[in-house]
Amino acid sequence: MFAHVFVRNAYLAGTFIALACGVVGWFVVLRGQLFAGDALTHVAFVGAIGAAVLGFDELVGLFVLTLAVAAGMAALGRRGQADDAAIGIVFAWILGVGVLLLAILATSASGGTGVAAANTLFGSIYSLTASGSRLAAAIALATALTVLIGSRPLLLASLDTDVASARGIPVRALGIGFLALLAVVTAESTQAVGALLMLGLLAAPAGAAQRLTANPYRGLVLSALLAVLAMWGGLALSYQIGSLPPSSAVIGLAGAAYAVVALRTRHGRRQA
Amino acid sequence: MTTTLSPDPLADLRALFTYPFMVNALEAGTIVAVLAAAVGWYMVLRRQTFAGHTLSVMAFPGAAGAALAGLPTALGYYVACAGAALLMRRAGGRQFRRGYGTETATIATVQAMGLAAGYLFLSLGHGVLGGTETLLFGTFLGVSRNQVLTLLIIAAAALILIATATRPLLLETIDPEAATARGLPVALLDTGFLLVLAAAVAATSQITGALLVFALLVAPAAAAQQLTMRPGAGLLLSVAFALAIVWLGLGIAYFSIYPVGFYVTSIAFAVYLAARFARVATTRLA
Repeated sequence: MFAHVFVRNAYLAGTFIALACGVVGWFVVLRGQLFAGDALTHVAFVGAIGAAVLGFDELVGLFVLTLAVAAGMAALGRRGQADDAAIGIVFAWILGVGVLLLAILATSASGGTGVAAANTLFGSIYSLTASGSRLAAAIALATALTVLIGSRPLLLASLDTDVASARGIPVRALGIGFLALLAVVTAESTQAVGALLMLGLLAAPAGAAQRLTANPYRGLVLSALLAVLAMWGGLALSYQIGSLPPSSAVIGLAGAAYAVVALRTRHGRRQA
Repeated sequence: MTTTLSPDPLADLRALFTYPFMVNALEAGTIVAVLAAAVGWYMVLRRQTFAGHTLSVMAFPGAAGAALAGLPTALGYYVACAGAALLMRRAGGRQFRRGYGTETATIATVQAMGLAAGYLFLSLGHGVLGGTETLLFGTFLGVSRNQVLTLLIIAAAALILIATATRPLLLETIDPEAATARGLPVALLDTGFLLVLAAAVAATSQITGALLVFALLVAPAAAAQQLTMRPGAGLLLSVAFALAIVWLGLGIAYFSIYPVGFYVTSIAFAVYLAARFARVATTRLA
């Protein structure tokens, strides 16, 4: 199956996107910010549609809008974390704007908007170009490395805000920077797994890793590993089974891994 | 819609009620507004917004699965939402509780799995399910008489359940430990509330679409809680806001070519912002 160029492209981009999702997702789960991540994935969709309406490159729209909303969320709350009701209302409104943009697109363009919308919502990893997949891999790798480099202060700031500020760590700036990184990962992964499914790749491997080990570095490695394995397995499965969309397969595997871990750890706790 | 505004506002108002589809939409919107605002008030107070959002997303696999199996769409909505509520019942995801991080991982995984399943159903039943956009973003226009009746029954049942459990639910929401100490069935209340929330979300998303439920579920409740923390007044205010949002949104959409979802969410956002500003202004003055 690797004889096909589109499969190689998908594996190149998919591997690094999964890696970034695993690493960033581990901190997202630790910081209890999955809802913010969820909101950002929905915003990404609107960004892509907006770019289509205004005639920009899709990637520009994705990055601009997710970063702007991440900045807004960071500004709303203290510690760079927003209240969940505020997040909910803001992203409902942005989705409402997305609906308007879809309607404008449908009346102005020559059709085909349904396909564009479905691709953004659910991803189209098998239609990435060679340069697109290289760019995606590079951005994802850079994000993962940035998080890893900043992992010590970020870890302390996430676990114990007071101790971190006493040690002179800029907690608020870290919170904002982390949300910005989350926005970058979201915008990037939207092309691969789609805005609506991206949350699974952030949450499931990271959640499983946190249930399995309390050691942060082991957890980070485990989370990244699970995400990459889910990506590889999902891509292979959907290649073999024609009617299975790749993003459904990837998320299905990641979710199944999480379910197995959740059931096993619950069982173990009861015995102990 | 092709209708345009005339200089006579009364004639415009009468025009709103000329077509049966519009009457159905207004009735359904009214029922859904009351239900969503009341249940949403508890949801915001319990900080279960993320769980609520995940439930609302379940409407998508529900509808896609029902279409694939040849069952009524509404049935799919209710079954999928209730199923997700039961999966999440151990992890209600209440912000600021201990272990919130891993609890949200469960919620998020349930959501992503639901969406992945929905997308799979969609690609399996190619062509069976026409409007993904309608499913996700809703339409007020295709509401039938039967749908209005079903909505009324579901809403009445959910509201009666909430009303009978008001006191224990409030106590359990505000202080779970005191509720446990008093011997209240905390686990039952938790699961029960999630199931009522699932019913409310499934009902609302038939009208607003899976992705825009939040306009009615969160915004009126959060706006009301900005203004008052008294339960009775807060619930009434929340319902009043929701009704205003739905009626205004439907009214404007009737005379416009753009989708109702945009107007409903925008008005909801404006209401929330106004409430926030009002609170800031009053605390500054006091």
